[in-house]
Amino acid sequence: MSAGVDEQEQANPGVQRGPGNDLRLVSLSKQFGAFTAVNDLTLTVPAGSFFALLGPSGCGKTTTLRMVAGLEAPTAGDIFLGDQDVTRLRPYKRPVNTVFQNYALFPHLSVAENVAFGLKRRGRKKVDAEVARLLDLVELGDRGRRRPQELSGGQQQRVALARALINEPEVLLLDEPLGALDLKLRRQMQIELKRIQTEVGLTFVHVTHDQEEAMTMADTVAVMNAGVIEQMGPPGELYDNPATTFVANFLGQSNLVAGHVTRMRDDLVEVDVEGTTVLASRTRSHADGGAVWVGVRPEKVFLDSSGQTRDHGINVVRAGRICDVSYTGVSTQYLVRMPWGQELTVFEQNTGARELFRVGACVDLGWRAEHTFVLDAAQDAHAGVEYEDLGT
Amino acid sequence: MTAPALFPGGGGADDQQQPPPPRRSRTGYLLLLPGTLWLLLFFMVPLVTLVSTSLYDPAGTLETGYQLTFAFGNYVDAIDDYATEFTRSLLYGGLATLFALLLGYPLAYAIAFRAGRWKYVMLLLVIAPFFTSFLIRTLSWKMLLADQGVIVEVLRFLHILGDDGRLLATAPAVVLGLTYNFLPFMVLPLYASLDKIDVRLIEAAGDLYASPPQAFRRVTLPLSMPGVVAGTLLTFIPAAGDYINVELLGTPQQTMIGNRIQSLFGAGSYPAAAALSVTLMLLILAMVMLYIRRAGTDELL
Repeated sequence: MSAGVDEQEQANPGVQRGPGNDLRLVSLSKQFGAFTAVNDLTLTVPAGSFFALLGPSGCGKTTTLRMVAGLEAPTAGDIFLGDQDVTRLRPYKRPVNTVFQNYALFPHLSVAENVAFGLKRRGRKKVDAEVARLLDLVELGDRGRRRPQELSGGQQQRVALARALINEPEVLLLDEPLGALDLKLRRQMQIELKRIQTEVGLTFVHVTHDQEEAMTMADTVAVMNAGVIEQMGPPGELYDNPATTFVANFLGQSNLVAGHVTRMRDDLVEVDVEGTTVLASRTRSHADGGAVWVGVRPEKVFLDSSGQTRDHGINVVRAGRICDVSYTGVSTQYLVRMPWGQELTVFEQNTGARELFRVGACVDLGWRAEHTFVLDAAQDAHAGVEYEDLGT
Repeated sequence: MTAPALFPGGGGADDQQQPPPPRRSRTGYLLLLPGTLWLLLFFMVPLVTLVSTSLYDPAGTLETGYQLTFAFGNYVDAIDDYATEFTRSLLYGGLATLFALLLGYPLAYAIAFRAGRWKYVMLLLVIAPFFTSFLIRTLSWKMLLADQGVIVEVLRFLHILGDDGRLLATAPAVVLGLTYNFLPFMVLPLYASLDKIDVRLIEAAGDLYASPPQAFRRVTLPLSMPGVVAGTLLTFIPAAGDYINVELLGTPQQTMIGNRIQSLFGAGSYPAAAALSVTLMLLILAMVMLYIRRAGTDELL
């Protein structure tokens, strides 16, 4: 895949080609009639980063993207590229390009003409070398003379990418670009997109509802819900330290159990959960005290037969009963019914170190204090749950 | 009433769906039968009759009868005698088509992209004139363009027309009548192909640095070409062969080939009339083929 990419870029991945301006959205709002699609959104996308806007359909992520592209006028707020206010700039005057969800390739033009479109509109005469270089970059060097509709979905996707990248925009916007591809191709394209982004060093803003896609590709993920950003940060941080129940449920899965804070220590929070004291680190506590949700990710939980003793520093809740076992090859997913009637999920790697538990087995659940997070009980414990299956 | 029902031709692009898998049964042939019979009865038979009539002995009359003598001279005479009318027909037809395109494109564009919920009302308005007969509508134009009519009075007042200037019985009146009468044939196929354009393609053009005029020229116009071709053909072919508009809005100075054919048939000169008809048909066919080849929309044929 090195053909067509000049040596310098390879030697220095992540180099910034453009002036390297940050994209800044300031108090951006968009209303469609009475419906608020985007509500007072403020965020900064650093130059050269791969930024993902993640959220369920209808959360306002595509509207945000279209406002950056200039295809939608904000009701209020401003958009800056570096110091330049582009809020009122017509789309064709913005140094921003979009890879559309349905690719929107021009059916009356060949693949090469599609890719050359942007350069030609800006008055460039000699475009062939550049077009060939970009088609090589997306591994379609031999398809230039075809019509887009003769290509497969994945190939069309790459043409759309080349057509946008050739303009070396300050920001490349990707609107669910992999949504129409099947799972295997999508995974492959995720790696490809990430590679290209590293190679060309442009700012990518990627809109998706697929949490795995967002986490695999992006440096920074912003989880959006109902027009506002719930939480923003590196994927690992969002996953391990969710600030809201929506993030806890939308990004992966979580076990959320009701409890109330009994003591605040220097670096730990003590929470009473159904008569058992559970410890959580202060850095992962997003509640001031009182009633809370105590959360832990299913793969962070260890299962042991009832009555076994544990090391200090590990939270243990006892007397669960396994009510469902799903073997998925890599791991086994257990549903454990707790004495207070709630069912908790536990994922265990199939390392072969011990036998699987059977349905009906009595178990204790243990996990480390630093894997515990504490959320405000005022939130809906099921927020974000129903969307989870959309992504896969 | 939906849009495709208004104009079943629909620009012809929908017909390119994948062909159904071949099935070895007689059902297909049975389904073809009505169409084949129709074509035989109403196309092949008249065509053969017309061509053979054009080759009859020109000396024949209704009283003495006609004889098939393969008189190819009929064609030479027809073209010799009526070259002016042929030229005029093509000119008037061409002008009417051009004006219909210039009027019809913005209208079809507005209906397809800007009309919102008024779309179907506007489409209905486009075809509403068809509820009245072609003749009556053309006769109304005769009244409108009359020397004492409001239009002429206003134009005289504005000195666009001279004090004794007139509209009725002039070439512009004939071209106007043709344009008016065939405008819906232009608008409907144009609408059908504009309506099919994915707006996101136009958005994409804007995103790729095309100003609105450039986006129109590079994306919208090329994608609407099937409609342009279908519309111009549907307008030009009947307009070039028309004789009613000259009859009602023109004078013998504006005589088109259609009038000659009609009067020759009326006078019993069947061979000459048939030879003119066939020549007109071939002429138009040749032009259409050339046009479609140039426009690059072979799918229409």
